[in-house]
Amino acid sequence: MAEVTTTTNSSSRLQSNAPTGDITTGWDRHKFDLKLVNPANKRKFNIIVVGTGLAGASAAASLAELGYNVKAFCFQDSPRRAHSIAAQGGINAAKNYCNDGDSVWRLFYDTVKGGDFRARESNVYRLASVSTNIIDQCVAQGVPFQRDYGGLLANRSFGGAQVSRTFYARGQTGQQLLLGAYSALMRQVDLGKVKLFARREMLDLIKVDGVARGIVVRNLVTGEFESHTGDAVLLATGGYGNVFYLSTNAKGCNVTAAWRCHKRGAFFANPCFTQIHPTCIPVSGDHQSKLTLMSESLRNDGRVWVPKNPSDSRSPNEIPDDDRDYFLERRYAAFGNLVPRDVASRAAKKACDEGFGVGETKLAVYLDFRDTIKRDGAAVVKGKYGNLFQMYAKITGEDPYSTPMRIYPAVHYTMGGLWVDYNLQTTVPGLYCLGEANFSDHGANRLGASALMQGLADGYFVIPYTIAHHLATSKLPKIADDHPDVRGAVESAKARVTKLLSIQGSRSVESFHRALGKIMWEKCGMARNDAGLKYAEKEIAALRDEFWNNVRVMGTGEAFNQNLEHAGRVADFLEFGELLVHDALTREESCGGHFREEHQTDENEAKRNDADFCHAAAWEYTGGHDSFAGEKEQLHKEALSFENVHLTTRSYRE
Amino acid sequence: MSSSRGLNLTLKIWRQPGPNARGEFRTYEMKNISPDMSFLEMLDVLNEQLIQTSEDPVAFDHDCREGICGMCSMMINGQAHGPDRATTTCQLHMRRFSDGDTIVIEPWRASAFPVIRDLATDRSAFDRIITAGGYVSINTGNAQDANCLPVGRDRQEKSMAAAACIGCGACVAACKNASAMLFVSAKVSQLALLPQGVPERARRVTRMVAQMDKEGFGGCTNTYECEAACPAEVSVTNIARLNREYLRAVVVSEEGV
Repeated sequence: MAEVTTTTNSSSRLQSNAPTGDITTGWDRHKFDLKLVNPANKRKFNIIVVGTGLAGASAAASLAELGYNVKAFCFQDSPRRAHSIAAQGGINAAKNYCNDGDSVWRLFYDTVKGGDFRARESNVYRLASVSTNIIDQCVAQGVPFQRDYGGLLANRSFGGAQVSRTFYARGQTGQQLLLGAYSALMRQVDLGKVKLFARREMLDLIKVDGVARGIVVRNLVTGEFESHTGDAVLLATGGYGNVFYLSTNAKGCNVTAAWRCHKRGAFFANPCFTQIHPTCIPVSGDHQSKLTLMSESLRNDGRVWVPKNPSDSRSPNEIPDDDRDYFLERRYAAFGNLVPRDVASRAAKKACDEGFGVGETKLAVYLDFRDTIKRDGAAVVKGKYGNLFQMYAKITGEDPYSTPMRIYPAVHYTMGGLWVDYNLQTTVPGLYCLGEANFSDHGANRLGASALMQGLADGYFVIPYTIAHHLATSKLPKIADDHPDVRGAVESAKARVTKLLSIQGSRSVESFHRALGKIMWEKCGMARNDAGLKYAEKEIAALRDEFWNNVRVMGTGEAFNQNLEHAGRVADFLEFGELLVHDALTREESCGGHFREEHQTDENEAKRNDADFCHAAAWEYTGGHDSFAGEKEQLHKEALSFENVHLTTRSYRE
Repeated sequence: MSSSRGLNLTLKIWRQPGPNARGEFRTYEMKNISPDMSFLEMLDVLNEQLIQTSEDPVAFDHDCREGICGMCSMMINGQAHGPDRATTTCQLHMRRFSDGDTIVIEPWRASAFPVIRDLATDRSAFDRIITAGGYVSINTGNAQDANCLPVGRDRQEKSMAAAACIGCGACVAACKNASAMLFVSAKVSQLALLPQGVPERARRVTRMVAQMDKEGFGGCTNTYECEAACPAEVSVTNIARLNREYLRAVVVSEEGV
């Protein structure tokens, strides 16, 4: 295999602090080098955790168990509702319970390769090595994972891997893991170590002498602004998929907390790495408010196909095998229907672009269970996927046991996020970022069942160690509530809300959000090109201008006002969307979920450019904090080196 | 799939500007609603119309819109989450209704779930019940290998069926007594059925029941409306188990409670 010479040098502003040398001992050596806070001193520190999904809840609970005082915030009415709850398929762990050759090294390898060589090796190795502890922890909390008749844990296979290492609880794994983390969190509430603040939205970061010392939140019930100060701030606020308007994210998912931190100095890395999930229920009309994912585990038994003749008008069951194109099995012999998500999504798009799509909109392909039902019986299929089939039937009004499902890719997960070092610290000292909100572990494409793993790894097994180093080595004088930096941040957040309410234009927030989503999906979705991206940059800037002159936000700031909440989030998406597009324009290569049409092989596969782009692109905001104009961003690069998994072209064909 | 048969509907919606304000039903006419819309998408359309006429949009809780987060919560024609069994409001689709229908939409009605605004209520009482004992006391790092504690498949499946509760509060809203027994029994059952939950089982059930009573939820009189309304299909057999657990805790348990 040819050695690739990469030209990127890391920016001095991006110190990864990752251990060097033998990767298998790196985390242990790093932990040993980190300073500790002695048990009696932990109660002197106050930690703010924003977001209560898998990463936030597990971090808040674990830090409270250690003795820190924790304040936990979420915008939902209860921490149990964070969108981690919607993850269906499962969580990976290198337990090798199936005796099929799995190991920490293989999970590490699969994840680096699956991420198309754009993740930091040291982080991924750590993730793989703590994966086994996560399963132990969750089982001990009472998470009812699927078991075999002997009472031991069951596993299933998942896209991007050839071993069965995925643990699951029906099609509700995220729910069960989140409820486990939530129960650990509520136990600490009971013990008085966590103070819970639900229905609070973070609107700004408080920095004092360059260090993160607190947050400004709006109480969503009363409309009051509150400042909360502490010794460290943890952001676990999820991904930004809703910049596309239609996505599988919950309606409330947003980039606001991360974006406001970005505007206070946290670099934003790889925003163009967005994941389009192949198995979602297709759009049914203009009223569509969100898209629904069907677990990737369906691809274990379902076969994806389109008719060979694009004008075949027969109903799917009347089309014989000879007239069907099982395009994933045909193109990717080794992995078949189990290729990674980005590959499966692009293959479906290609089939539809070439006119082979099915259904009324022609923007769908079939996912067919006929053969499995014939082989194993409907009861077995129901046992495995019953809730997914039921959900599909409810949404489409069709019965997937007798008619193939129609599926189409949809925005699902975002690999980009705030840049963090090996300690999960952002470029703002004292500000940490966990879970989907950070950029670190999945590179340009996340493998199925790895998001839950990463969220819990960060919260249970990484941040409890790394945060101590900051607390033990920094000077953290107490911050008074009337400190000028606290008041300044509160005033800035208030001014923004006042401005939104004062415009009183004629176009609704929802309409702006949909318009932004349309630009993003059409020009910066599954396939991107130079002209389209440049067009999108202009369109987004124009839409943002219109927003700040013509948006109509109803009601007042001193009450429960969902329209106002949405307006603030859309305003941030209108700034962030432009950065995402700009990042996609700058990254002149195709890798993982980022597909530039100019950079593809003769077989339409993604063509990486390791010589010039083997780096994480971290963007620094250089405009005024209170500007809404989408100010200039400066690019910094963190060079990525692959010493253990050698840079190769990803192939799932043989 | 899209369809040409649009529905014309009359909505009667509970409007209440704040927790202490007086509420009332207001009537809205909806034209040409696609049967493929979800119920919440229909309300999105209404809210866009209201904004155009300068009326405050209807406040309602919602988030995942795929039936798992438990945020959406409305009484539709007197039924929690509407007419379909095992279905949250967000998964209810307009094809379930007919042209010309009048639909009455209200918030959960229970004194333990006070109205915040319109259709949004405060369900933090559920969080406080979980805080009182809905957990296994295990610190991060204490766990042994996951397979060192076998759990029979039957038990695991019963435990999972109870753990599927999404905490939406439909059971309370559907109950004439506003009882939270189905919710409490789901968590008590999930953990009582697993070996991990055994050491704290008496303390857990007594504390959770005490908190449930303190929050003002009513008692259970076995009408099973809760089970019929539950979108996660949590069974009332869990309530029987809750009663057994409670009895065991207060009569025979040697665990200090």
